[in-house]
Amino acid sequence: MRLPPFQALVDAHAAELHRFLAGFVGPHDAEDCMQETFIAALRAYPRLVHGENLRAWLYTIARRKATDLARARSRRPSEPMDGLAPDAEPRIEPIEAADDGLWVAVRRLPPKQRAALVHRFVLDLDYRAIGERMATSEEAARQNVSAGLRRLRKEMDR
Amino acid sequence: MSELERRLAGGPVPALDGQRLADDLSRRATAEGLLDVAYGTMDSPLGELLVAVTPRGLVRLAYDDEAVEDEVLAELAERVSPRMLRAPERTDAVRRELDDYFAGRRRDFVTPVDWSLVSGFAANVLRATARVPFGSVTTYRDVADAAGSPRAYRAAGNALGSNPIPIVVPCHRVLHAGGGLGGYTGGLDRKRRLLRLEGAIG
Repeated sequence: MRLPPFQALVDAHAAELHRFLAGFVGPHDAEDCMQETFIAALRAYPRLVHGENLRAWLYTIARRKATDLARARSRRPSEPMDGLAPDAEPRIEPIEAADDGLWVAVRRLPPKQRAALVHRFVLDLDYRAIGERMATSEEAARQNVSAGLRRLRKEMDR
Repeated sequence: MSELERRLAGGPVPALDGQRLADDLSRRATAEGLLDVAYGTMDSPLGELLVAVTPRGLVRLAYDDEAVEDEVLAELAERVSPRMLRAPERTDAVRRELDDYFAGRRRDFVTPVDWSLVSGFAANVLRATARVPFGSVTTYRDVADAAGSPRAYRAAGNALGSNPIPIVVPCHRVLHAGGGLGGYTGGLDRKRRLLRLEGAIG
């Protein structure tokens, strides 16, 4: 399959990707993170061998950029994600005044659980669609969502 | 749905400033040498035009009829580079020259041309055509001759018919030897109007 003009990717995915990143890294950093994502994608784009599942490819880059951003703000290393750059504890800011720590807790979740939760609830996607964006099976998406919820409940009850 | 799920669903819904995203993206992509094809559209007396430029120059100009835009952009992605962004500001120099041309303030285009989309005999024909001055006309046979094959006037006609940069590479100035208008990518009405604008026909 031929690669579509890069602009077509931006047109098709920018709005959803922005909402994803707002949940994943917070609204303050979402725009920067998206910019970094598209620049990195544009750099690698001509080397892609096919144009299949470009959305999953973009989301992989976005999660990595979010992780880079968090790492840049913290020296504390943590477990690697999918062989991508290791995640770190992000500098977390409350999203709104009424935030009782929910989104702070969300952003302390392991990246996969966090990504799955944001896809499921902020973007209101079903498990198949989440699997597509995370390049995992529907079942893995379901497990990440329920594990994320369990962990989040424990955090919030503390 | 649990209370927790409800609150997650009510999570951040930020407004995306699409224009700022586009501006920042094209600025950074340009600065980092990642923008191979920038494009935009413009209004003209002959209808909307699609203008595409590379760092080397104007690579494509198309009459934007019946949503040919997707087709033109897909061809650029395949034949030039898929690193393409809608970045009209990068086409400003070309658009200004075209505005001036249509307003009768300009006879020659000085914007550099990127010939990436043409090769072989067609490229020779189009380069010969690019030398035909404002206000004058020539024949298919003459441009074939200038391209090195006087007998290949049919091939010359085909090359002109698939001119990727009409107006600026003035294929409208090439007519039949007998005086007939011949053909034109954008339709004969446009050919006639361009020749009239240049004072080549009455």
